[in-house]
Amino acid sequence: MFELTKSQKQIQKAAKGFAKGEFDKELAYEFEKSGTFPKKIWKQAAELGFVGIHFPEKYSGGDMGMLEAVLVLEEFCRKDASIGSALAMAPFASESLLAFGSEELKEKFLPPVAEGEIMSAGAFSDSQRGGNYTSIQTTALKDKDQWVINGTKTNVINGGQAGFYIVLCRTKPGDEGDKGISMLIVEGDRPGISAETVGKKLGGNMFPTAQVTFENVTIPAANLVGKEGAGIAQLNTFLLESRLLSAAQALGIARGALDRAMDYIKERAQFQRKLAAFQVTQHKIADMATKIELAELVTYKAAWERDQGRMNAKLTSMAKMTAARTAMEVGAQAIQLYGGYGYMTEYEVERYYREAKTVELHLGARDVHKDIIAGAVIGRIK
Amino acid sequence: MNILNYTEAHNEFRRELTGFLEKELVPDREQWEKDHIVPKSAWKKMGAAGYLCTNVPEAYGGPGLDFLYSVIVAEEVSSAGLSGLVTGLHSDIVVPYIVSFGSEEQKQKFLPGCVSGDIITAVAMTEPGAGSDVAAMEMTAEHDGAEIVLNGSKTFISNGINCDLVIVAAKDPKVEDRHSAVSLYIVENGTPGFTRGRQLEKMGLHAQDTAELFFSNCRIPKANILGEKGAGFLMLMQKLQQERLVSAFMTVVCAEKILEQTIQYCNTTMVDGKPLGKYQQVKFTLAEMATETRLNRALLDATIKGHMEGRDVICDTMMSKYASSESLNVMVDRALDMFGEYGGLEANPLVKVFRDVRVITIFAGTTEIMKTIIAKSIGL
Repeated sequence: MFELTKSQKQIQKAAKGFAKGEFDKELAYEFEKSGTFPKKIWKQAAELGFVGIHFPEKYSGGDMGMLEAVLVLEEFCRKDASIGSALAMAPFASESLLAFGSEELKEKFLPPVAEGEIMSAGAFSDSQRGGNYTSIQTTALKDKDQWVINGTKTNVINGGQAGFYIVLCRTKPGDEGDKGISMLIVEGDRPGISAETVGKKLGGNMFPTAQVTFENVTIPAANLVGKEGAGIAQLNTFLLESRLLSAAQALGIARGALDRAMDYIKERAQFQRKLAAFQVTQHKIADMATKIELAELVTYKAAWERDQGRMNAKLTSMAKMTAARTAMEVGAQAIQLYGGYGYMTEYEVERYYREAKTVELHLGARDVHKDIIAGAVIGRIK
Repeated sequence: MNILNYTEAHNEFRRELTGFLEKELVPDREQWEKDHIVPKSAWKKMGAAGYLCTNVPEAYGGPGLDFLYSVIVAEEVSSAGLSGLVTGLHSDIVVPYIVSFGSEEQKQKFLPGCVSGDIITAVAMTEPGAGSDVAAMEMTAEHDGAEIVLNGSKTFISNGINCDLVIVAAKDPKVEDRHSAVSLYIVENGTPGFTRGRQLEKMGLHAQDTAELFFSNCRIPKANILGEKGAGFLMLMQKLQQERLVSAFMTVVCAEKILEQTIQYCNTTMVDGKPLGKYQQVKFTLAEMATETRLNRALLDATIKGHMEGRDVICDTMMSKYASSESLNVMVDRALDMFGEYGGLEANPLVKVFRDVRVITIFAGTTEIMKTIIAKSIGL
């Protein structure tokens, strides 16, 4: 458990090499400012097999596990928090199709995701603040052999650009609980879909986020993903996998912030001493490194458990919460060590800090995960 | 528990100011953020209404009011979210250098314009190689007959683009001691050899112009020395205390504002069938935030009181600046969580605050410098 396999180390090295060769500081600065998706890098990453590395080979995937996917995203986000995050989000929600879709749907939609032909999107929440899945109002009504979808989804990552949307809909109107909710796949070019950007964001500005409205959007009955009425259960399973990838992003962001802080403290002198020579600096670095080590352990373990066929909700939430917190704390300290320069855009650490918060807010902030962890640890209360 | 004695006159002043800001300046706030600068006309509006340099004596065109009026202006400007309009820096940090150390001639010449908003000021201390270590500055001031020749560069200067007058710290290369080599000089806009670099791009405070300043054989008359030659470092250290105090009161009022907004959001937002504010953990989190804010307010007000009474409040000021700035950052971070994914959109006003406040544990002396001074004050 405490050592990656030879093949995992090779993948880690390859991802690191790719990021080092292709990610560029100036480009990241420009793209983040202008809100441009790093399309060329994404295409190259897909060509080299980094996108959908955890998909089966028959869907153009790398036939590898979640731990490998984690290692890749970690290296990407370490080299550049914003480019890495954009690449992490490009295939967002496609795991739900992988887990629950029919063979036909998977064969049709997954290969273009892994090949970097299309981006995917998850249109789950109707609420401005995300979550609240059981109270969604978006409906999909059966009309002979078709579904007709109406409703508006908030904060849809890749909204407006996605090749397909995985949409959570109420398929049994009147049924208030979670039983009447199903998961459907909607091609991005169906008539009746409109996207309105949410505008500038704290972070994640290289990928689009939009409010997406479905107005009498018609899809074939076969576009149901999984079982009718099982939408919430399927979503929860998908969220577990997705949170592992979020943890990987956060872990990489934390590492990247520490790398930059290390470079600076060895270079910068004040009071005729290198910053690295001050005990307070040293202890800060010790704290940052320790937190990263802990976040790595729980993230790798959670991914490894999943790859052993034991998806563990408790560990997954621990990983997401810990890694995101670590990225925030390490990011804040990195800025502090840089002093005034840390607040300036060109020194990158402020961007790492913004991307860290973005990851933390994505798929549930601290309290959401504490609820899940407590539920698993305490169990049913008599 | 009122530590500060605000009179009815103070309260009336605050009410009028709040109305003025809301009507005259708040509508332009978004535009300033986009333009990355506050127009000089906004400064003149503030001046014309009597809200700049409330401390400056009547003899120099000011209203000559007590320090609580400075507190009120800085608090309300901060509370209105006008983080680009750094009147606190001008009125309560830079101009007091002229009031305290300026010659009669300098006061007559510059103070009326500072009060009216025709002269916007800045102070240039920090250099690329001299941040926390102020005395490491390399900028030189060589005396040449009746003139002084300035050479060097300064960075992270707030009001760097807008300023009409800048107080510059520079060293006489003939003086060996790194502290007594430092003097302060007044440099006016348009002086040959004084140029501004590009505006620096920052994580936040987008409406505030932060820039590099360059001085290349910039000649100023000897009459522009501020205070005594060689006393520059001492003057800086003396005035930095008020700068930190000003920073602390803008910080605490910001925390109070965030608390109010977050409580309102939690009370009006339904999550899984009940208001967010009814969840026990949310209640506790907000209770913690309210307690910390109250503690910071109490320390700050006691410090302001001591400062006004002329007592030694160096240690208290450092504690207040350190504690309130660190706490505010933790608070905004925690508050964003309450908003869920909406916490990550610029459409949410708290996101701007999150970006703006990250620098306050750094500017006007980092948390590390605060702790260094506190440690010394408590006998270490």
